[in-house]
Amino acid sequence: MSPEQLISLLLTATGQTLYMVAVSAVVGSLLGVPLGVFLATSGKGELFAAPIANRILGAIVNATRSTPFIILVVAIIPFTRLVAGTSIGTRAAIVPLTIATIPFVARLVEAAIREVDPGLIETARAMGATPLQIVRKVLLAEARPGITLALTLTVVSLIGYSAMVGAVGGGGLGDLGIRYGYQRFMPDVMLAVVVVLIVLVQAVQSTGDWLARRFDKRTHPR
Amino acid sequence: MTSSVLDQNVHLATVSGQSGGNSAAASQASVSAGATPEQDNLVLIENVSKVFPASRSRPAVTALENINLAVRRGSITAIIGRSGAGKSTLIRLVNGLEKATSGRVVVNGTDVMKLSEVDLRNVRRSIGMIFQHFNLLSSRTVFDNVALPLEIAGLKKQEIAQRILPLLELVGLADKHDRYPAELSGGQKQRVGIARALATQPMLLLSDEATSALDPETTQSVLELLSRINRELGLTILLITHEMEVVKRIADYVAVIDAGRIVEQGGTFEVFSAPKHPTTRKLLSGIPGMQLPGYVQAHLTDKPAATSKTVMRILFAGPHATEPILASLATEFGVRPNIMGGAVDEIAGRPFGTLIVSFPADEQRLTTIRQFLADRGLITEILGYVA
Repeated sequence: MSPEQLISLLLTATGQTLYMVAVSAVVGSLLGVPLGVFLATSGKGELFAAPIANRILGAIVNATRSTPFIILVVAIIPFTRLVAGTSIGTRAAIVPLTIATIPFVARLVEAAIREVDPGLIETARAMGATPLQIVRKVLLAEARPGITLALTLTVVSLIGYSAMVGAVGGGGLGDLGIRYGYQRFMPDVMLAVVVVLIVLVQAVQSTGDWLARRFDKRTHPR
Repeated sequence: MTSSVLDQNVHLATVSGQSGGNSAAASQASVSAGATPEQDNLVLIENVSKVFPASRSRPAVTALENINLAVRRGSITAIIGRSGAGKSTLIRLVNGLEKATSGRVVVNGTDVMKLSEVDLRNVRRSIGMIFQHFNLLSSRTVFDNVALPLEIAGLKKQEIAQRILPLLELVGLADKHDRYPAELSGGQKQRVGIARALATQPMLLLSDEATSALDPETTQSVLELLSRINRELGLTILLITHEMEVVKRIADYVAVIDAGRIVEQGGTFEVFSAPKHPTTRKLLSGIPGMQLPGYVQAHLTDKPAATSKTVMRILFAGPHATEPILASLATEFGVRPNIMGGAVDEIAGRPFGTLIVSFPADEQRLTTIRQFLADRGLITEILGYVA
């Protein structure tokens, strides 16, 4: 394969990966963050106390998270067809990626919010804050460094997961590596794919760490 | 001082004017004739009990039992007790963070236990609260921390900005407005907490062990600030503490709480100059001079023997603290007391002395001496006898 061909393949695959990861990260977070907030605040005696709903949602989250991703991809094909109109291709791959992202984000956000000092919730209640004000002005604000790291981890994991959606014709860098690098014995393609992935992950992680540090005012005087 | 802070002063003076007094705490004490308890007292806690129901891990706990407490408008009222005595639960009843199992909690004429969650939120916005661990948001600057209760109350950004600088000036932190809590000392953090609690111009300030995490020097300056706010703004303060120092320094009234019950209450000076309950005495024993030295304590007996000396504690309250009482004993009765301990201190701004003496005396003579001292307004207590 000529270098031009390789670069063209890599560009297409990187574009597909970025597209899949970006859409599923955004949609997954939009649904996962509220779910995480709910899981962190709906236990017995908490802000939005709803212990039964908490337990049911917790069980669903656990079930989704314990299903191996490649099985999830195949298992929800009917749902994927319903949402994306097709069960193959990059657009279709976004559906299982998003479904896997929601509980992942939810659990990480839940953990980040549980780190917030309960004394701050009490303080806000004493000020006459509504539960929604407490979530917005106290919980999300104070957990922002933790949530930033959680979302960073999510994007990094999504880059890994997206390598598996070649199984439904999703394309992307992982798929390129498997089909060219492995199945056609082209180690140079494999190497190039791995290098691009490493650079991507590194960039995401560094940006996330930098943002989280900027948000964290607990121990970093300016 | 700025107009917004002063407005509140005027408002409070008007409110307390209805009950026939002025906003100065000291003169409030004498005002009660003709006014109903609701007018006289900003907070009224009546027959309140609180039981935490049993759970899987523990049996039911009675945190508070039949509590009766009144907080006079314009006063600084302290609830003192050991940890676990129920003080935290008690103070949280006032702003409805805890709900009583039975009884009535009346704040400014409203029974807070009967309020809906929405109405309760409005009442909370008129009650400031400060905490032992300050509870500042680490993600917000000093300015934005003080702004929080105003944002919650729905004020516009511009109104908020106008209010904050005067508050920061009041607590002496105007130059730190853009700092984060992590950059402040404990005392500064509590000052931010106080500014935040005052932001909504509350009618009542609740203080939950506000100085317990501070060193003695910082405690002192925070207490001075609270006292000043009470005086200058006429703001009623209800505080809980386990530190005798706090009560002694700033409280007009005190309630001593032990195992969920109020065992003694009244004017701070009155309660501590004539302590009746063992818990109150134990609290007082922290004051130097109130305790017998260990070597005397070890030899103390309950019953007098033929040659034993009586050990007596004399409490000097008010103006008597400066009288040459031992000289009078010598000239009047010919007894020459041996001093075993003593100190002169100040409680609620009045001199308070204590002296532990021993002297030989029979029953009859002792009665005469005690009468002589009682006539001079001194409180005596026989601690025991030593050989």
